[in-house]
Amino acid sequence: MSRRFTPKVITANDLREGDVIYLTADDRWSRNHSEAELIDDEAHAEIRLIHATRQSSDIVGAYLADAKSGPHGPEPVHFREAFRARGPSNYAHGKQAERHG
Amino acid sequence: MYTYTEFDEAFVRNRVAQFRGQVNRRLDGSLTEDEFKPLRLMNGLYLQLHAYMLRVAIPYGTLNSGQMRQLAYLADKWDKGYGHFTTRQNIQYNWPKLGDVPDMLDALADVGMHAIQTSGNTIRNVTADHFAGAAADEIEDPRPVAELLRQWSTDHPEFQFLPRKFKIAVTGSPTDRAVTKAHDIGLRMVRNAAGEPGFEVIVGGGLGRTPMIGKVINEFLPKADLLPYCEAIVATYNLLGRRDNKYKARIKITVHENGLDTFRELVDARFAEIRGEFSGVDQKILAGIEAQFAPPPLRQAETTSFEVRYAADPVFRSWADTNLSAHKSADHAIVTVSIKKQGQTPGDATSDQMRLLADIAATHAYDELRISHEQNVILPHVHKSDLPAIYDALASVELATANVGLVSDIIACPGMDYCALATARSIPVAQTIATRFDELKLEHEIGPLKIKISGCINACGHHHVGHIGILGLDRAGVENYQITLGGDGTETAVIGERTGPGFAYDEIVPAIERLIGAYLNIRQSDDETFIETYRRLGMEPFKDALYGESARSGRAHAA
Repeated sequence: MSRRFTPKVITANDLREGDVIYLTADDRWSRNHSEAELIDDEAHAEIRLIHATRQSSDIVGAYLADAKSGPHGPEPVHFREAFRARGPSNYAHGKQAERHG
Repeated sequence: MYTYTEFDEAFVRNRVAQFRGQVNRRLDGSLTEDEFKPLRLMNGLYLQLHAYMLRVAIPYGTLNSGQMRQLAYLADKWDKGYGHFTTRQNIQYNWPKLGDVPDMLDALADVGMHAIQTSGNTIRNVTADHFAGAAADEIEDPRPVAELLRQWSTDHPEFQFLPRKFKIAVTGSPTDRAVTKAHDIGLRMVRNAAGEPGFEVIVGGGLGRTPMIGKVINEFLPKADLLPYCEAIVATYNLLGRRDNKYKARIKITVHENGLDTFRELVDARFAEIRGEFSGVDQKILAGIEAQFAPPPLRQAETTSFEVRYAADPVFRSWADTNLSAHKSADHAIVTVSIKKQGQTPGDATSDQMRLLADIAATHAYDELRISHEQNVILPHVHKSDLPAIYDALASVELATANVGLVSDIIACPGMDYCALATARSIPVAQTIATRFDELKLEHEIGPLKIKISGCINACGHHHVGHIGILGLDRAGVENYQITLGGDGTETAVIGERTGPGFAYDEIVPAIERLIGAYLNIRQSDDETFIETYRRLGMEPFKDALYGESARSGRAHAA
């Protein structure tokens, strides 16, 4: 039996700002992890990644990142993705500033 | 210090204009990311975790006040009001926007600075002793040679696509403050039997995944042979170095796999071929550069005001004892300004701090500043009578911390708070260690201690050569920190030894506290430093402190 597919989101960096972005189900790029499309089907994930990669005039380095369902939308699984979704821990810069600012 | 010639100015401006065009073509879709990435890297522009990062070279760590002010201006105009000084004497801006970067590079060119070859498989920013030109123990100022190497290596057509990046460090003192033995080429100025200055040439040092102490390939190289000899080394490496495996591509592996003797023979053969092509133009250029590095006219004055303040003010005295080093002129001092107040991010300076440092340099320090690989700022020439005023000014912007060389003077790479390669965070570990020992008021009792933290195996935080090294890794999706002990980055360089299993994020600071507690208990006297105690007693008492004596029998079985 093949390994169970871990749910994913598609993430990248914005070409102009460099900011971390997530692909939504309605084909927008959101700055907010909780707005990402949570993909739980492997074949669908691959199709969505190809779709994302084609938008290279706006984004850089799209990839699939593990995620899980949470009360306010998808949440990161790995700590690296948690830092990308929040910002650095030494200053309230990046997304955490935008959210509370 | 060196001032750009018309050629330098035109070259840098031309490169900025080229890059502006490349950015525009990327933004309008004419260039793909695959096409653009090598172009942006050639100009020091990375894409990190949260944003782009621009890495600007500070050649041999030297700045004047105008350059420091311009770095502050960039921080305010295009970043978030601060910059991060790195272990390779660069400054990194963590939040630029792609479209702004050409303007940033133009602003740097206005003060004779650039970001060329701060990335890519090229010869990187040439680093030097941060006390160059000022140290009491120096043979000669190594910066003219470093500048000659910068000019030679910049856009050198043969060396734009080396097997891997290539780092050169140079020191003019027997005391190695430039970690020369951990560089691809390390140059240590020495004198021969006739008393003439030349270089001990060290090759194949490096940290990272496979740490190695460099090997002496030439015990005495006459100064006039430096450029052809370095060219022979890099040319030999360029042909012999491996391109099949990124992790085996650095010169340290080339030297290790082929053997130093074989490598030396090839270098000597290449040197014999090309020596004649260096007709002496390089020496003429060097002489011109040397004239620009003439020492400042040191002023003569009484030092009484320093002595009076030193006797009367214990806080000033503590700072002076900790942060001053011997200058070659007895009535001057070298000031190391700690940009590591306990709890701050190692290496970060705000734009206000940069401007104040620039003002101090202009008013009191012959307009010179240095950035050290230990991520502090140096005022290399200060008359002692100016020290009280400098101290007061520094204290007004939280720059008068008396911790240079102590437990809170930690090197830390950006780690996973910024870096796309990192496997764990470094900065908060450094911040917590520093604040913890400050709370315990133990810093000065512990004495000289070098803690160095890297957030991945690439070792930008030099953890291998820390007395205590900390390496952050990702172990099954959780941050885990390995400890090494006994490392040394000076002329007696040693790679530290791993203590054993790593510690979780919330365990690493208590583990460091246990290590240092053990040291305080077992040192022979207050004068025996941490590294001396380690050398005397070895790993065992420190392992006991980390893992418990009860784990000792288990360790014996496992071994």
